Amino acid sequence: MKGTEAFQELLPLIKDDEPVIHANGFICRESFALKDREANFYMIGSMGLASSIGLGVAMCKPEKKVIIIDGDGNVLMALGTLAMIAAEAPENLIHVVIDNEVYESTGSQRSLSGKVKLEEIARSSGYKNALKIEKKEEIKAAFVKLKESPGPNFLLIKVAPCFDPSTGRVTHTPEEITERFMRAVG
Amino acid sequence: MVASETSKTGKGLNVSSLTSQSFIGRLIQEDYKFFTGVPCSLLSGLIYELEDQKEARYIPAVREDAAVGLCTGAYLSGAMPVLLMQNSGLGYSLNAFTSLNLIYNIPMLVIMSWRGKDGKDAPEHIIMGDIDKQLLQTAGMEYSLLSEANCDEVLKKAKKKICEEKLPYTLIVEKGLFDERH
Repeated sequence: MKGTEAFQELLPLIKDDEPVIHANGFICRESFALKDREANFYMIGSMGLASSIGLGVAMCKPEKKVIIIDGDGNVLMALGTLAMIAAEAPENLIHVVIDNEVYESTGSQRSLSGKVKLEEIARSSGYKNALKIEKKEEIKAAFVKLKESPGPNFLLIKVAPCFDPSTGRVTHTPEEITERFMRAVG
Repeated sequence: MVASETSKTGKGLNVSSLTSQSFIGRLIQEDYKFFTGVPCSLLSGLIYELEDQKEARYIPAVREDAAVGLCTGAYLSGAMPVLLMQNSGLGYSLNAFTSLNLIYNIPMLVIMSWRGKDGKDAPEHIIMGDIDKQLLQTAGMEYSLLSEANCDEVLKKAKKKICEEKLPYTLIVEKGLFDERH
């Protein structure tokens, strides 16, 4: 499955007012190109922090389902944040990881997720549910199940490293991203 | 017991004196209710006070940059976040400040302890204790050295920076300003 196909499956399952925190790199660009939303927080830098930002949003907005769309390199950089999420245990948090096993935006150098099972790390950290998906047909059922079950929940989606470089970049300025997100999330 | 302590401390002890308890109370009054960070002995009194609060919560973070991320999420959701850390954590958090908070206009109050002051501390603290203020300045992050005398004034400055300019503000805490608890 291509990364963009994972986004095509996921995005229609997310309601307009549900906050989505996107990790930097291709994660932001894929999502932005398919469907821009005010409640999307796009990170242009600060690798590794989508998960802690998502935790903060989930804790302060317990009435909303909060979705983190992360990458394997990002999760590996901030493994400790998995422990913070598990310890705080917000029921409304869904942590999705698009795992292409490489640092694709810098030239596809390999990451450790080819050898290390991120879903097992999440499970043993204390996430309530952690699933691994390899076929795009399985995404919908898995995501809906994780959204309906009390979290924190973790969904690892294995994809091939085949990002299309012609995919546009996020055109909003960082300040605009903040303003839009705060307006949408309230 | 209380009387002898009062006489030892002399005139300094009165209802408005700066203690871990009074400072946390003051922050909560100012609507700072979301706290996170990585402990430092110089901030231990503050953190123990926070653990006792009903109106505020303290979330232990694994690293200072993760704490910056957590504060960022809290601010984006309408809270006024506070990050507590030792100055050694400034190194870990500087990338988060420069590539996230300073460009996205996402503020927080930073309470940073000053280890390594005047070169008198354990070896690992000496360099950072010497350069931390310059690092903040270079990054364009405003700070004040907190004291009992300037507490009102610097909290006002911090509030203005956070609410109007939407930028982080750092209060530096020297050894001895707050009690240390173990």
